[in-house]
Amino acid sequence: MEDTILTLITFFPTIGVLLLLMVPKERHDSIKAVALIISFVTMLLSFMLWSMFDPMANGMQLEVNLPWIVSFGIHYHMGIDGISLVLIVMTTILSVLSILSSWRSITKGVKGFFISMLLLETGMLGVFCALDLFMFYVFWEVMLVPMYFLIGVWGGPRRIYAAIKFVLFTMFGSLLMLVAILYILFQYQAFSGEYSFDMIKLLSMPIPYREQLWLFGAFALAFAIKVPLWPFHTWLPDAHVEAPTAGSVILAGVLLKMGTYGFLRICLPMFPDATMTYLPYICVLSLIAIIYGALVAMVQKDVKSLVAFSSVSHMGFVMLGIFALNFQGLQGAVLQMINHGISTGALFLLVGMIYERRHTRMISEFGGLAKVMPFFAAVFMIITLSSIGLPLTNGFVGEFLILLGVFKANSLYGIIATSGVILSACYMLWMYQRVIFGKVTKPENEKLNDLSWREKLIMVPLVLLVFGIGIYPQPLLERIEPAVKQVLQHVSRAQTVRLDERYQIQKVVHQSENPTRAMSGLTQGDEACLR
Amino acid sequence: MEFQLPEYNLRMMLPEIFLFLWALVVFLFDLLSKRRSESAVGYLTLLGLLICGGLLATTGYGRGFGNMFFSEPMALFFKIIFLGSAFMAVGSSFGIIKQKIVNHRGEYFGLILLSTVGMMFLASSQELLSLWIGLELTTIPLFILAAFFKDDKLSVEAGIKYFVFGAFSSALLLYGFSFLYGMSGTTEIVAMKMNLAALFIANGSLGVVPLVAMVMIIAGLGFKLSLPPFHQWAPDVYEGSPTPIAAFLSVGSKAAGLVAFAKIFVNGLWAFWGAEMAPNDWGYLTGILACAAMIYGNVVAIRQTNIKRMLAYSSIAQAGYIMIGMVAVNEWGLEAVAFYVFAYLFANMGAFAIVAIVEDKTGSCQIGTYRGLSQSSPGLAACMAVFLLSLAGIPPLAGFLAKYKVFAAAISLAGQSQDYTWLYWLAGVGLLTTVFALYYYVNIIKQMYFSAEESPYRIKPNAPAVAVVAIGLIGVVLFGIYAEPILQFVKDIPAAAGVIPR
Repeated sequence: MEDTILTLITFFPTIGVLLLLMVPKERHDSIKAVALIISFVTMLLSFMLWSMFDPMANGMQLEVNLPWIVSFGIHYHMGIDGISLVLIVMTTILSVLSILSSWRSITKGVKGFFISMLLLETGMLGVFCALDLFMFYVFWEVMLVPMYFLIGVWGGPRRIYAAIKFVLFTMFGSLLMLVAILYILFQYQAFSGEYSFDMIKLLSMPIPYREQLWLFGAFALAFAIKVPLWPFHTWLPDAHVEAPTAGSVILAGVLLKMGTYGFLRICLPMFPDATMTYLPYICVLSLIAIIYGALVAMVQKDVKSLVAFSSVSHMGFVMLGIFALNFQGLQGAVLQMINHGISTGALFLLVGMIYERRHTRMISEFGGLAKVMPFFAAVFMIITLSSIGLPLTNGFVGEFLILLGVFKANSLYGIIATSGVILSACYMLWMYQRVIFGKVTKPENEKLNDLSWREKLIMVPLVLLVFGIGIYPQPLLERIEPAVKQVLQHVSRAQTVRLDERYQIQKVVHQSENPTRAMSGLTQGDEACLR
Repeated sequence: MEFQLPEYNLRMMLPEIFLFLWALVVFLFDLLSKRRSESAVGYLTLLGLLICGGLLATTGYGRGFGNMFFSEPMALFFKIIFLGSAFMAVGSSFGIIKQKIVNHRGEYFGLILLSTVGMMFLASSQELLSLWIGLELTTIPLFILAAFFKDDKLSVEAGIKYFVFGAFSSALLLYGFSFLYGMSGTTEIVAMKMNLAALFIANGSLGVVPLVAMVMIIAGLGFKLSLPPFHQWAPDVYEGSPTPIAAFLSVGSKAAGLVAFAKIFVNGLWAFWGAEMAPNDWGYLTGILACAAMIYGNVVAIRQTNIKRMLAYSSIAQAGYIMIGMVAVNEWGLEAVAFYVFAYLFANMGAFAIVAIVEDKTGSCQIGTYRGLSQSSPGLAACMAVFLLSLAGIPPLAGFLAKYKVFAAAISLAGQSQDYTWLYWLAGVGLLTTVFALYYYVNIIKQMYFSAEESPYRIKPNAPAVAVVAIGLIGVVLFGIYAEPILQFVKDIPAAAGVIPR
């Protein structure tokens, strides 16, 4: 079981795809049932994974390493650490919920829809499990196709434009990543005499500073498009607004995390010197994303695009946390990745629920929903507060840790980022007020049904997670901790291992404004923690 | 010196001889059955190709006709590709022979076989003249096949266009060969490079003559490979000729051109030279053509409304990607070319087979015909989507592995040698244009899947066409996920071709 569990989790949804192919396409109920059961079992398997995972141990766990394409040195290498573990569990949970949420809203092409959902799940889980760069790339690309279909076939009025934009943006980034992967492969061959894509082995190779800059740039562009970091975010609002509810949930909940996960897994450990060089620029872009996303969200008329732009802002927080490059910042960033998946996923689900009832998402069409849909209003309140980051909800823990880390690294960044928190409270609460409170102004809204048992079933686990993580985040944090320390240790090579290059870096950083501040987060603060 | 008769060793040529005879059998069968052979003649052709494949497998390596005819890994691998593309082209022709070609079925299939014989002969020849004869034997039947719909203006135009361009390029090629022969005094490729090297060492340079020859030969072969600016015939010919023939042109004939290119340049003009005296001018020239092919083919394909024209431009672009592998002359390059063609065989023949199936039913090749196909014929639409995604290079399909190998070859060589850093740019152009390519491939998928209304056509393809699509599908998926046996096989190719020391 130890070495098969990851394979089982990743490819279990694919088994579901094969089963679904055999079900005749008219039998909607059996199709839905099969998809739900398969994703539910996958979720149970991921819970099992959680229990098998040793929170104390360092390094990768539950590894499996088999030769796949020997002539290129490609291995079927999977393994997880704390970061991948929590993301895997979140992915499987969100998959079940989004499949459940599509029960009514998908009426045409039911079979294709659930096949795409399950394929997507395999792709996402594969990305988080892969420890071989080639496999990572394959899974990364595999996800594109089902997501393209989800947006393009089952999406809104401008779905075709959004789908193609999504594919072209992502593909552009990932092709650059492919070049970088190939380059690393041949460098590693020159270094050690064998071809290997093994992420762990590759870490042992010193890469000259100039090459690191190029390679980091290629990977970072692919990841930044996925995150999306300002100014690469323009595909996101289109994709989110046009995608069906389940697509939006997965997109916001999991796909965006793959960008930040890529930074944590590849960019930071492999190119520590380049990380130091790019750090101020990425921090500034993240800050712009935080403020810009919040301001644009504030003026949206459509609830869904408001949530989409809030994603840009929140993911800016995660990026800033990562590039604070200290223990608190990174830990907060990983936690916030989960929190964003839960709260934004929940927001998209809620938006989908009122859209199913009213077939509009315009804020001005609503008002006074608290009177007609009290349960909905209550859940919406909790999720809104979690998204803002109120204490006792999950968002608070993550944001607090990130801000702590950022303040330690650079107080100016911290101050700007904090204003983003305030802005997020503004647009979320203002939206909430306009949708839920006041008088029922539109007659169509007077006879809306409150949430059905199925919809309650979807929302209750999310609400529980919101409070669970908010009140007792320890189980998550203690599993993330060793992995985060590992990342930091790799980044710290930039300063400790190669002193000659360190001076070079400082010179480069020095030319940009505010040089030593950004570095100090690691040099002073956390050295004790690392050793 | 006493003249010695060369050792014939005809056994080496058994597959080619058999296929030639079988072509005559096919001609005769149709005649003797008083032109009423229907699909039986098609099955006969398929059977012949299968037997030929069996013979190929049992023949083994060796040489015949003195040093003219070689059977070695590269020849064998490409012969498999030629037979495969002929098989798939014949398999997807059954709709056409039922509806359009009523009188000349034997000729249609027989000429496909003859053209295949030419390709196979070419793949084995190690000598300029026989190479050229093979190329002609490949092309001349295709002139006829392209114009096979005698009453269709487009088809006749295709035939004439192909003929004029083809004749001109053959002449150019032969003219180029004559320069090489004049300089080296031999037409045998291996002896030729030895003589040229001796000449180089004696004189310190070779002057301008090899350059002229190089340009002539690249122009002549550029026509076969439809590399810009020698590509103009391709879209019109693909559009006009019968769809299976267009498919055969895009895979079989292109692969034949690639083999000739590899033999003359990679094997002949490059392999002998050390780094200090490598006249890699042909590399630059070919690199520029490859660049032009990728950019032009991919950009123009976006604007097409006829799927055959679109696939024509896409095949121009694909030739560009293959040429990246060709100019990356290290242990990865030829291997990548071979694997690329292999993956391309399944995806492109599969896509064309579906185009043929749809055309048989609807009589149209417009992209608009595919609107809503996913609802009326879901299986067909899904297969088409898989083929197109493989052509676009999306993992885990074979097309991705092929693109990956080609780029890997370029990047590895660029990293190895200072002279080849320009290959980074070539690979970069290749990667960027892949995004354009994705756009128009995905456009077809968009038509099939994203349309609200259902297609009015319910398509029931005939059995051989289904078999062809199934072969393509299996090839694309299987060799995407598990390509190890093929990769092991193509590993021998560069060594056997003399690119790297054995």
